[in-house]
Amino acid sequence: MDFGPHLFLATLEGAITAAVISLTAAGLSIVFGIMRVVNVAHGEFFMLGAVGAWWVTTAVGGHPAFGFAAALIAAPLFVGAIAALADRLVLFRLGYDPERTIVATIGILYVIQQVTLMTFGPDARPVEPPFNKRIPIPWLGIGENGLELTWPWGLATTTYKLAVIVAAAVILFGVWQFLSRTRFGLLMRATQLDREMATAFGIPVRKIYARVFGFGAAIAALGAVLIVPVQQAHYLMGTDPLLLSFIVVIIGGLGSLPGTIVAAVLIGMSDGIISVFFSPTLAKILATLLVAFVLVFRPQGLFGKAQA
Amino acid sequence: MLEVDAIHAAYGQVKVLFGLSITVRPGEIHCLLGRNGAGKTTTVKSIMGLVPLLSGTVTMDGEHLSELEPYEIPGRRVGLIPQGRRLFAELTVEENLEIGLLVRNTGDAAKERVLDMFPRLRERLQQPAATLSGGEQQMLAVARALCIEPKVLLLDEPTEGLQPSMIELIRSALKRLRDEGVAILLVEQRIDAVLSVADRVSFIENGRNVETLPAEEAVRDRGKLAKYLGV
Ligand SMILES: Nc1ncnc2c1ncn2[C@@H]1O[C@H](COP(=O)(O)OP(=O)(O)O)[C@@H](O)[C@H]1O
Ligand SMILES: [Mg+2]
Repeated sequence: MDFGPHLFLATLEGAITAAVISLTAAGLSIVFGIMRVVNVAHGEFFMLGAVGAWWVTTAVGGHPAFGFAAALIAAPLFVGAIAALADRLVLFRLGYDPERTIVATIGILYVIQQVTLMTFGPDARPVEPPFNKRIPIPWLGIGENGLELTWPWGLATTTYKLAVIVAAAVILFGVWQFLSRTRFGLLMRATQLDREMATAFGIPVRKIYARVFGFGAAIAALGAVLIVPVQQAHYLMGTDPLLLSFIVVIIGGLGSLPGTIVAAVLIGMSDGIISVFFSPTLAKILATLLVAFVLVFRPQGLFGKAQA
Repeated sequence: MLEVDAIHAAYGQVKVLFGLSITVRPGEIHCLLGRNGAGKTTTVKSIMGLVPLLSGTVTMDGEHLSELEPYEIPGRRVGLIPQGRRLFAELTVEENLEIGLLVRNTGDAAKERVLDMFPRLRERLQQPAATLSGGEQQMLAVARALCIEPKVLLLDEPTEGLQPSMIELIRSALKRLRDEGVAILLVEQRIDAVLSVADRVSFIENGRNVETLPAEEAVRDRGKLAKYLGV
């Protein structure tokens, strides 16, 4: 009788991981898809989003919802601006060379991490959720009166955790609409398909790149703001999302947004479930093995195109 | 008027153009003819700023295009129909046109004009460009450039791999544009591809413009055709 509720809880935790990872992976995937830059510093932009949320919520008083709402807007903007600056100062100067940008983003990773350590400090700091009602998890079982709801083991989730899942879905839908419906999205897609022809048709590729890099970082930061009330802000918190994002992007197919989302759900769910029943380490081992299999048998990813 | 004056260009260390000059007047179709590898595409790309110049200038109506950022050049009403079409393959026909329309915000009027010129595109607006037939793709490549309402039009081997009926369609479109006063630079490898439309012909060899002459003279001069084109 206790396996069911635990599975349900694990699935829910997995869905939260999936929600956040699909956001960070979408950012990574968009940046790679359009700029061909493998951004190793992506996890640090995520971390900066969480740290930014802590600063903002601490600065804004009153009900936690005010600070949180301010953080939702300010942190991604701030992180996006830093990323755009990094693009201008570093990636642009390297001519977006695929190999040199990998090394450069490793450098950016350490700069961001150490500056955060020097300013924010080594401690994990909590951010209060804007709302947080406990919801006990019911279980449908056969009781004395036939089918009935029970609340075994006192397992519970919160309204906030459910809201994270919904918010991530809404944001992803928004990103997709932005890419497919807006003028800027069109220019981004054209740049992705043929950088030289984009230039020949008046698209300022340099500006597009700076904005794409900022945009990718801002999505990761948004994911971090959503998760920080559950997880706490810490200067090393970018490592796991980076690893999981890479796993997701490789499995889903580099540059494929739908593939990224499907893979995020797959990896997030299995990460949540395996972590609850076995251990988080086993979850990472299995995910990494899956990446190895995908790289061997379907290097373009599940949804990627063969030569792209 | 487009004036290319003594340009030198290179890909990295490999020099390709050596002081090439060419002038394209409004209302003329000027053909640039030369063998494979002579530097025709490089010339076109240099005009568009896609290959950096080592020296020399490109001006249009007195303005130095070569001093602009490459992405600013199409906004000066220079339209490109590149070799191999280079459509945005995964974008729809309409989105490809939209890219052209956004260059100068030419809007619905330009779009309607272009679609009237190529009605087959109108039927396929929502189709990804990659799913069009070869001829339709070339129509779209021309249409995309015309969305800019160009004063200078650069075409790099537009008849490559097309059926005769489609070639005829492109030619008649070019004649119409010429009569409207557009300066047209038409790059081809074979003289017969340009016979019926060319006003003047320039021969390019090893990155140099070796000779420019009226089209009738070029056609008659078997010796030169053999020398520069190998026919
Ligand atoms: N991207 C490039 N990098 C290096 N060399 C190139 C490149 N593109 C063309 N070339 C060289 O420049 C010369 C001229 O090429 P191109 O302008 O394409 O000739 P054409 O269009 O007349 O066939 C050729 O020798 C070709 O090998
Ligand atoms: Mg060529």
